[in-house]
Amino acid sequence: MAKTLFDKVWDSHVVRQVKDGPDVFFIDRHFIHEVTSPVAFLGLESRGNSVVYPERTFATADHNTPTINQHLPVEDPLSANQLDALENNAAKYGISHWGLGDENNGIVHVVGPENGITLPGATIVCGDSHTSTHGAFGAIAFGIGTSEVEMVLSTQCIMQPKPKSMRINVNGKLGLGVTPKDVALYIISKQTTSGATGYFVEYAGDVFENMTMEGRMTVCNLSIEMGARGGMIAPDAKTFEYLKGRSQTPKGAAWDKAMKYWETLYTEDDAEFDVEFNYDAADIEPMITYGTNPGMGMGVTKSIPNAENVEGGVETYKKSLGYMSFSEGDAMIGKEIDFVFLGSCTNGRIEDFRAFCSIVEGRKKADNVTAWLVPGSHKVVDQIQAEGLDKIITDAGFVLREPGCSACLAMNDDKIPSGKLSVSTSNRNFEGRQGPGSRTLLASPLVAAASAVEGVVTDPRTLLV
Amino acid sequence: MAYDKFNVLTSTAYPLPTENVDTDQIIPARFLKATERKDFDINFFRDWRFEQDGTPKPDFSLNKEIYAGSKILVGGRNFGSGSSREHAAWSVYDFGLRCVISSAFADIFKNNCLNVGVLPVQVSPEFADTLFDAIMADPKTEIKVDLPNQTVTLVATGQSESFDINSYKKDNMLNGFDDIDYLKNIENEISAFAETRPF
Repeated sequence: MAKTLFDKVWDSHVVRQVKDGPDVFFIDRHFIHEVTSPVAFLGLESRGNSVVYPERTFATADHNTPTINQHLPVEDPLSANQLDALENNAAKYGISHWGLGDENNGIVHVVGPENGITLPGATIVCGDSHTSTHGAFGAIAFGIGTSEVEMVLSTQCIMQPKPKSMRINVNGKLGLGVTPKDVALYIISKQTTSGATGYFVEYAGDVFENMTMEGRMTVCNLSIEMGARGGMIAPDAKTFEYLKGRSQTPKGAAWDKAMKYWETLYTEDDAEFDVEFNYDAADIEPMITYGTNPGMGMGVTKSIPNAENVEGGVETYKKSLGYMSFSEGDAMIGKEIDFVFLGSCTNGRIEDFRAFCSIVEGRKKADNVTAWLVPGSHKVVDQIQAEGLDKIITDAGFVLREPGCSACLAMNDDKIPSGKLSVSTSNRNFEGRQGPGSRTLLASPLVAAASAVEGVVTDPRTLLV
Repeated sequence: MAYDKFNVLTSTAYPLPTENVDTDQIIPARFLKATERKDFDINFFRDWRFEQDGTPKPDFSLNKEIYAGSKILVGGRNFGSGSSREHAAWSVYDFGLRCVISSAFADIFKNNCLNVGVLPVQVSPEFADTLFDAIMADPKTEIKVDLPNQTVTLVATGQSESFDINSYKKDNMLNGFDDIDYLKNIENEISAFAETRPF
């Protein structure tokens, strides 16, 4: 039977199938961070287990780290305690660890690909739902809970039922100002926040073929926001070009051997998916969300739909708009904003900073806006400086912070105050996600940049002529 | 971490019909700073249970005295969406709940629940509405969740529906086992498999 890309990678990692149960699923690469791993190590020790393949696990500090003054001791004792636990556990079991200040440090889903740990055909897990990011390379990558982190540490396997398969095809030419983030938010708005629950998605079509690796990562990253366990894109010349020569990729004969395998990683013509969707690139506008889940998105020039025109319960919908202090029929363009956040595992890569700079260059940040620009890793910072983007940023009145997850989930001090409205390039607009009472509008780096200089929600196309 | 076995549970239930309840509501990120698993009940639904100054919100289901002590939560569609934080499932368990019923669960949350001893029971949207209506009519409505027979029943009326769970996970819940017990038993098979991996 013809196989999908997903079938090929999944089936090659099944150690055994449990009768009327999950598959015993082998994990090639395991990322850990300070928030979801300490309890897993405690569990491991309480059972008298050890880490069976420490070379397959990679630790980086990101969720709970400050984005200023990283050279100083971390002030919050609880955060410092988690960072110490990560470092100590890594040292104890011989796991590589990129702590604060390390040149390789950054957000786990940025540094994995950057260092060539992420590979096509690999299985990759992390105690973080945006692990789906790594699917951009043709890997099966998804988020797991802490019990499963312990399973991977102590056995290198987890027990997973095989998800159903979905293919999403987007073909055509994207319009001016339409970025990978907009493509993803558009798909999620069509699927709703739960439409892909139970599925693993393959993205196909010329829109994804034409995307950079950074763009593909943005799309795969957001797969979880429509409920999918993960999303993946078949590896191609662009994938191999990106990976070649990175610090952890196979070298020499091992590279050639890997290439032979990677070239088999595509969906065969006759392969069938459980469900398939087709979208037209021409229908996609720069997007913005208006509610409290990522499925509540629309073209930035549109007005908030009436409750009777949306799927799902009216009460939940009204509660959501009530939290946002918005009304049905409101236009988003022109709404005054307080904050802009550029960063996260969704949009914290070099391409996102280039996009932001393409708008703010020669312009000035609006006085009413507080902006947090947080690169995804130290390597992204280096690249920003190498390209001179730091000067554009500074000249426009913005400040570049140090890498980390930052205001995406606001575990550190980067919290949007209660009631304030933020245009954010991150991945979730849940109630209080960016700080208790905060209100989030998810958008692309272009929409964020345009809104940052105008002080109100702005269609970036008006500044891109 | 070990959990108590699950067999048959009969209890009143907290109703929470809001849809798309995400794990940031179940346990906000700012309460994920612990390095050990304890007391996650304190901040369970923190921002829906309490004002920012810590005053309880009396209208929120989990604060209503009439439901206090319930071991079941009946939630709206797409319960547990968002983050993979197992802390959400821990907080459910630590709050004293052993079962969440909904017409749809997010995948990772559902998995996490099964791994920590909370039974996620997926019912039809119609049966979920029946449960909500019954609780609204009588807050002391009892629901019986029978894992061996895979049924959920409104005790007063006998209205019942069956639910799915694979026999492996069912066996785990009935016996208080977890996946690590299983995986450690096939260690040799896993290490032989690992030898075959190209990277």
